[in-house]
Amino acid sequence: MTEAKGYDIHIGLEVHAQLNTETKVFCACKNSFGAPINAQCCPVCMGLPGALPVLNQKAVEKAVFMGLALNCQINLVSHMDRKNYFYPDLPKAYQISQFDRPLCEKGWLPLLCGGKEKRIGIERIHLEEDAGKLTHSDQTGKTIVDFNRCGVPLIEIVTAPDLSSSDEAKAFLDTIKRTLQFLELSDCKMEEGALRCDVNVSLTPCGSQTLGTRVEMKNVNTFSGAVRAIEFEIKRQVHILTQGGTVTQETRRWDDQKGISILLRTKEEAADYRFFPEPDLGQIVLEKESVEHLKKSLPELPAQKFMRFVDTFGFSEKEANALLDSQGKCALLEETAALGECSPKSIGNWILGDVSRKLKEGESEEILLRRLTPVRLSQLISLTEKGTISSTAGKKVFALLLQEDKDPQELVEKYGLQQISDENLLRQVVQTVLAQQEKSVLDYQNGKKNALGFLVGQCMRETKGKGNPEMISRLLLEALNHPESTGRLPKML
Amino acid sequence: MELYEYTASALSDLLQTGECSSVEVLESVWDRITRTEGKIKAYLTLTKKEAFHQAEEIDRRRAYGESLPPLAGIPIAVKDNICTKGVKTTCASRMLQDFVSPYDAAVIERCKESGMVLLGKTNLDEFGMGSSCEHSHFQITSNPWDTGRVPGGSSGGSAAALAAGEAVLALGSDTGGSVRLPASYCGLVGLKPTYGTVSRYGLVAFASSLEQIGPMGRSVEDVRLLYSLLCGKDPKDATTLEHPSFDGKQRLFPSVKGKRIGIPKEYYSSQIAKPVKENLRAALTLLEREGAVLQEISLPGTQGALAAYYLISSAEASSNLARYDGVKYGYRAKSFASLEELYQNSRSEGFGKEVKRRILLGGFVLSAGYQEKYYKRAKELQRQIIGEYQRAFETCDLLITPTAPDTAFPIGEKQSAAQMYLSDICTVPANIAGLPALSLPCGYDKNGLPVGMQLIGPKFSEERLFEAALYYEQAAGGFPMPDRMRPFERKGGEKL
Repeated sequence: MTEAKGYDIHIGLEVHAQLNTETKVFCACKNSFGAPINAQCCPVCMGLPGALPVLNQKAVEKAVFMGLALNCQINLVSHMDRKNYFYPDLPKAYQISQFDRPLCEKGWLPLLCGGKEKRIGIERIHLEEDAGKLTHSDQTGKTIVDFNRCGVPLIEIVTAPDLSSSDEAKAFLDTIKRTLQFLELSDCKMEEGALRCDVNVSLTPCGSQTLGTRVEMKNVNTFSGAVRAIEFEIKRQVHILTQGGTVTQETRRWDDQKGISILLRTKEEAADYRFFPEPDLGQIVLEKESVEHLKKSLPELPAQKFMRFVDTFGFSEKEANALLDSQGKCALLEETAALGECSPKSIGNWILGDVSRKLKEGESEEILLRRLTPVRLSQLISLTEKGTISSTAGKKVFALLLQEDKDPQELVEKYGLQQISDENLLRQVVQTVLAQQEKSVLDYQNGKKNALGFLVGQCMRETKGKGNPEMISRLLLEALNHPESTGRLPKML
Repeated sequence: MELYEYTASALSDLLQTGECSSVEVLESVWDRITRTEGKIKAYLTLTKKEAFHQAEEIDRRRAYGESLPPLAGIPIAVKDNICTKGVKTTCASRMLQDFVSPYDAAVIERCKESGMVLLGKTNLDEFGMGSSCEHSHFQITSNPWDTGRVPGGSSGGSAAALAAGEAVLALGSDTGGSVRLPASYCGLVGLKPTYGTVSRYGLVAFASSLEQIGPMGRSVEDVRLLYSLLCGKDPKDATTLEHPSFDGKQRLFPSVKGKRIGIPKEYYSSQIAKPVKENLRAALTLLEREGAVLQEISLPGTQGALAAYYLISSAEASSNLARYDGVKYGYRAKSFASLEELYQNSRSEGFGKEVKRRILLGGFVLSAGYQEKYYKRAKELQRQIIGEYQRAFETCDLLITPTAPDTAFPIGEKQSAAQMYLSDICTVPANIAGLPALSLPCGYDKNGLPVGMQLIGPKFSEERLFEAALYYEQAAGGFPMPDRMRPFERKGGEKL
């Protein structure tokens, strides 16, 4: 994380998220990724002469839902505007967006980062249409225009410059992504461009009331790119300022491959988009009751979950992040904990350990979650916690469970994986082993404490791996340290 | 009397009683087209083959005893800024000279469904920007009343075709008077409907918030028949509304008795030519005799309406016409070295002078630093005008004004844009306020050129306008076609 001594860092983000509506925002074309080039467009999204847009109410609803999730004020009356500019991926030469009256304004998102809790201001969320996609071919020197993406509904979330490090920016972006996923508003597939972001950075001398000069960076796109771009920009500005220079208001283009940004345009060259209200669409009027209804239907949000995982469940921020990264894992944790059989922490450890490992090895999350039901996970953890099976056997049961789709109890019985925790039985085993391993016993008594491990191993062998290792180790220690308590002295003594 | 001279309503009766066939009507109209079109130049595209095919189809269906809509088999001309599937839609622009729309406009779908026969696409001022039909990239259309004069614009081709008997009905579009002005210059009836009653889906946009497609015809009943087919909410046009009161099926009871008619004094200013005022006065006297109550009113905002109109319409046009960039369809410049040049050259070469003037004006009034001063002030003025007209209709049932300040002027006479823009002075307020307005003939000037009278009503009052117009039409004894008075055909029916 880059420091800027003597300066306060202010970072703002603009996040674009494609909404996962059935159809596009202004026409009946399907809103899905991956169709053959220009196979998913019509006169409306291609902006043919005479075609007119009709607003998709589902897109409005989804945008409002996100606004409510980010504690925004919802404007009951708003409208769409035209943003005019020429580019081959924009077939109407204007983007239908929102300018002076967005759907949602003045919200905030609670963020826990590095043990500090803070509120990140949300200036606005507005609805707009996505543009097409250009593919440049170096071979032919030609550019292919694909209009399939034209008219895909987008929301743009604009934050206040409240973030003060790339870590916070990353935490914010993660939370936004999770929120979109949890509320089923967006697929958030970064590789398909469903979630993109631009950043702006300004440095202010510590204690100063006025914000420093703002530099915007376009083409950041990925979250990791955002972190790198922010770091780069902080360094760049610190360098300028420490050399006694001044930062100029400008827009830069981030080149993620090279890891640098280059000047795109200065303030003077800023585009004039000549915004004006879209005359082809009327006002967007929302019923107060339906907004209230949407608000009531909001589930617990990832930001709150995160805090609960840390504060109540006792996970670290890193663990909480890992758990929240997958909705499936998160639900498994919550539902298993709700059964009340085992502690959230031990469930979380299982999920972050064995479950995550399996997924990393390429197991399908869908199949895994179908077989590893909360009831089964709870049973599995209880079996190990109660000592019915060893932790090694637990791992085995987990693997078998995924293969055979059976309950842990059943598998333990089927494969005879119960752990021997019968103290009398184990004491006999210990005695047998001690009798056989005189040399090790001597070693131990002569101070070679690691001989104990060998003896435990021998006991495990004697029990064909089913002995409870903790009990064995305790009984061994008892026997070795207090020979009299065993009732029989080793031969040598 | 030849079939082409009949009104649509008369032909509808003849067709339904079997006294003539759709093909016979079409043959008569087509014969007329071949004789007069060379001089009038109303059409940019003629679709003879498809038209005869459609007419035969209608006759066949009628022969099978199918009950058909009233306008089935009636030939109609369509302004060339309304999209027709498979037939060129050029907007009279070089930019779209080869453009073929892959879909039919909503109004074309309705016409086709009701069995109307499409004759072809008519000339206009490029993209509807003009008041004389002289700003077409392809040809100048002549006024059938005097072929040395303009037919008015921008729907001049549709008007000229009707007046010349080259069509029985026609579709125009009216952004600032483009249906009514040519109706006035060509002695026709034309309606600019209430904003939102006719779908704009498939109308190539010029100024989206002001324009409507409008019916044009040679009688009030014809225009009403066509309007009843066109109006109604369209799910593809979000600005259309449910029409609360219009029911074209009911019989009209033409009367003006007790009707409170407002005479807004601002429409009778010194800018209005004397013969126009005289004919209007005579028409008003006639209505008053029949029991209409005339009252002079004042609508001061009217004076700013023309400025507001040119600011708002140009602003929207600059955005609506930005899509013609040479990338996807339409005209592309032959030479360019960069994307920027592709845009610049294609647009410089593809658009005509008037269109470019309005795009520049529109871009300017929307630009940062000027938007407040121009576009937003124009929108504020628009709000004032809407309020004024609303108040006027608290005491008036309808307003009567001239349609145009003058009668058809000679081709090439109005050289300056500002001079040309004044032609719209009486028509733009209805577009600014979204009100229905109908133009109908009310006499002639000393050259025998028709004068137009405009009826303006509150929103959704089309039926009221038709009633009053029909009353006047009956009192005036109908509206004759020009060649009855001033034959313009060459002697002996010689082909032109």
